[in-house]
Amino acid sequence: MTIFVDIGSLDDIPRQGARLVRTAQGCVAVFRTADDRVFALDDRCPHKGGPLSEGIVHGTSVTCPLHNWVFDLNTGAAQGADEGRVRTHPVRVDQGRVLIDASLIRSRNAA
Amino acid sequence: MKKKLVIIGAGMASGRMLEQLFDAAPDAWDVTLFNAEPRGNYNRLMLSPVLSGEKTYEQIVTHDADWYAAHGVTCRFGEPVVRIDRAARVVHSNRSSAEYDALVIATGSAPFIIPVPGKDLPGVVAYRDLEDTQAMMATEGKDAVVIGGGLLGLEAAAGMAARGARVTVIHLMGHLMERQLDPAAGYLLQRDLEKRGITVHCKGATKAILGHDRAEAVLLEDGTVYPADLVCMAVGIRPETRLANDAHLEVERGIVVDDAMRTSDPHVFALGECVEHRGQLFGLVAPLYDQAKVLARTLMDEAAVFAPVQTATKLKVTGCDLFSAGDFAEAEGREDIVFRDPGRGIYKRLVLENDRIAGVVMYGDTADGSWFYGLMKDGTDVSGMRDTLIFGPAFQGGPSLDPMAAVAALPPEAEICGCNGVSKATILTAVAGGACTLDAMRSCTKASASCGTCTGLVQQVMALALGGAVAETPAGLCKCTDHSHEDVRRLIRSMALKSIPAVMQELGWKTVGGCHSCRPALNYYLLAEWPLEYRDDRQSRFVNERNHANIQKDGTYSVVPRMWGGVTTPAELRAIADAAEKYNVPMVKVTGGQRIDLLGVRKEDLPHMWNDLNAAGMVSGAAYSKGLRTVKTCVGKEFCRVGTQDSTGLGIKLEKRMWGSWTPHKLKLGVSGCPRNCAEATCKDIGVVCVDSGYNISIGGAAGMEVKETVALASTPSEDEAIAIILAVTQLYRENARYLDRLWKWMDKVGLDWIKAQIDDPATRAALVERFEISQSVYRRDPWAELSTPTETPRWAPLADLTLEAAE
Repeated sequence: MTIFVDIGSLDDIPRQGARLVRTAQGCVAVFRTADDRVFALDDRCPHKGGPLSEGIVHGTSVTCPLHNWVFDLNTGAAQGADEGRVRTHPVRVDQGRVLIDASLIRSRNAA
Repeated sequence: MKKKLVIIGAGMASGRMLEQLFDAAPDAWDVTLFNAEPRGNYNRLMLSPVLSGEKTYEQIVTHDADWYAAHGVTCRFGEPVVRIDRAARVVHSNRSSAEYDALVIATGSAPFIIPVPGKDLPGVVAYRDLEDTQAMMATEGKDAVVIGGGLLGLEAAAGMAARGARVTVIHLMGHLMERQLDPAAGYLLQRDLEKRGITVHCKGATKAILGHDRAEAVLLEDGTVYPADLVCMAVGIRPETRLANDAHLEVERGIVVDDAMRTSDPHVFALGECVEHRGQLFGLVAPLYDQAKVLARTLMDEAAVFAPVQTATKLKVTGCDLFSAGDFAEAEGREDIVFRDPGRGIYKRLVLENDRIAGVVMYGDTADGSWFYGLMKDGTDVSGMRDTLIFGPAFQGGPSLDPMAAVAALPPEAEICGCNGVSKATILTAVAGGACTLDAMRSCTKASASCGTCTGLVQQVMALALGGAVAETPAGLCKCTDHSHEDVRRLIRSMALKSIPAVMQELGWKTVGGCHSCRPALNYYLLAEWPLEYRDDRQSRFVNERNHANIQKDGTYSVVPRMWGGVTTPAELRAIADAAEKYNVPMVKVTGGQRIDLLGVRKEDLPHMWNDLNAAGMVSGAAYSKGLRTVKTCVGKEFCRVGTQDSTGLGIKLEKRMWGSWTPHKLKLGVSGCPRNCAEATCKDIGVVCVDSGYNISIGGAAGMEVKETVALASTPSEDEAIAIILAVTQLYRENARYLDRLWKWMDKVGLDWIKAQIDDPATRAALVERFEISQSVYRRDPWAELSTPTETPRWAPLADLTLEAAE
């Protein structure tokens, strides 16, 4: 079972935007959609390492700010002709608080 | 002997439970009913029609005195229960006591009152009971503010508006009823409410309720003040659990009950809005009635299990038809079927998952709502009727519709283009005469040349005549729409569309939230068209414009303070040097636009650096914007031995007038003091070359992927007139160019002659300058200052740092 850790209030993440979380496994982008769903993906585009947290969020997709690769926030998979996948992480909202997979506190080797 | 049943709360849930109990076992229980309100059970759902005057209180009473008497219920109305003694099995009210063998807690919910100053003033009400309703019924001719744009708040607002009050709804979220509706349906609802005179203020956070002896006005965080003789707080409800808490029953968010509606005490039961069942709370009436049925059977010692089903929502505001059921959030494996009929204000969205309906949102025409709801509840496989599903039950099983057949069936005199009165026959004649492209059709008949909404229909009529698709269909702005940039701009203007959801709804966007191509374009078109009304949407901007700095390939940013006309001072240079050292800037570089670039700044340092630069009097250089970048100058006649005019001074004047403005693409200016052109003005978007007799203005240069030399636009002996011409041509470009077209590209499309004609006409020029100034009254401000306030600064840092927790 996934154990979750509190990372902040939902209100701290702009709608159709993202905030960054530093973790032992690298930076994770926590996205909030227009209808208040929350997703967590590695903040690194597999193409050239662009920060996905700075991309434009549309529906449940985000466009990388560097070269416009589009990723599905649900799966982390690149859309259209581009091939690649970003790691996703369990995240949920409980009573206005955003909770993320607590295993991100540890580096992957230790886990 | 009959057993004693005591019930706390005479609401709809306990009322239904009593009906069930009396039907099945009329003589089993001796019932005592406490109620804090001085009356029995009435249909609380019908308070809205009472408020709006469509019903009277008497009409919504469910159980009157005769009913209670006939069933031998001891009524203790107006007696709030103050304590439950579980050990002695006695309930105490403020006046009396009652023993019980079984106790039912049905205390319902309490309105959530937001903790702002003034919340306790007279004139501030919730919307829960008849007293609140009566207070709201007395607002005719007065100002009323409703805080909360959910179901309850909007019913309150519409009811008071129907009573003749001036009503404002303040809603914290971006669109109304965000839990039930998606942004598109929320927009339609807002539009309908506004049509009936209700002011809607979304993204509004209430700061205080103002007033001395009673409520007089509501103050928002953004400084807006709305007058309010009455304030209705309808931001939400929470289970009323105080009695259960005091009695040490198990309470989470609500009173915890098992499947049989029993609390942690086997003699105590609970139902209605006060309970929590398997982690879920209940606010709609259908599950409450199910609970009533289950509890009645439990009290008769029959086995019964409460299993909540999905419920649908309908807003009870006459004239606003909306329907929402299920889950309409986007998710993996879910697909949308969207139907929009902009003209009639209709929006329907079905969310499908595994060939089954997972959610329904409908606005404007909800006739098929219960049919969809039935399919959703039953989990019917809809793959077989998917093609026509959205059209409802009437279309199932019929032959599939060919849109061309419908066009073919139109009579020749049918009007196709309403703006220009063009009939089907006229279009057919024009095609026969050789107009085979949409552009040709527009120029010879004007069909679809005004508002553009009929473009698709015109194309279909043409295709009918040509026996195939129409050539040269203008490409859509992006994959989300078939409308071209030009069409979208024209429609934003002609239909007075003032928000991104409004554009997407009225113009039939095919995606739910647009994409990275259309959102920045729409944001620009809207702010250019409605500078005073539209609010810039940061989330629809590319990273550089959202963060007011240029992102570099390693994720750091570059910071460029403005240097007016390329002129700086020792003090500014010192402040820049200090900032570079303080934030360990790896590179300090002089730019081609005559200013200084600080490269390699971390995102979280940006607001701190801006704050330091602001303190030295510097503002953002907008080196990242599709907007005014720089005005490059030479030193001019003040110092130069061959200079003819004060080119530096003119450059500074231009930059001071134009900074902060957004344009379709970046806009660079140059002013050279003589034809030697040291400021390289003739490869800028707008260039001025000074001569002895005055100022030569030319436009359309570029030195990027394409190198272009400017072409002459105008000459004038007057510096003031030179400035007016430059502002006018800038505004003309802002109003007409396609987003991401540099000025030269726009000029190639519309032609220099057309631009000249606009600028040369004194009235047109003056109007353009005036509109530019109106826009600048909003946008001539420093984003750095706004984004480095104590509230904004923390938002630039990571939300959390889990690496620190690991170290602990």
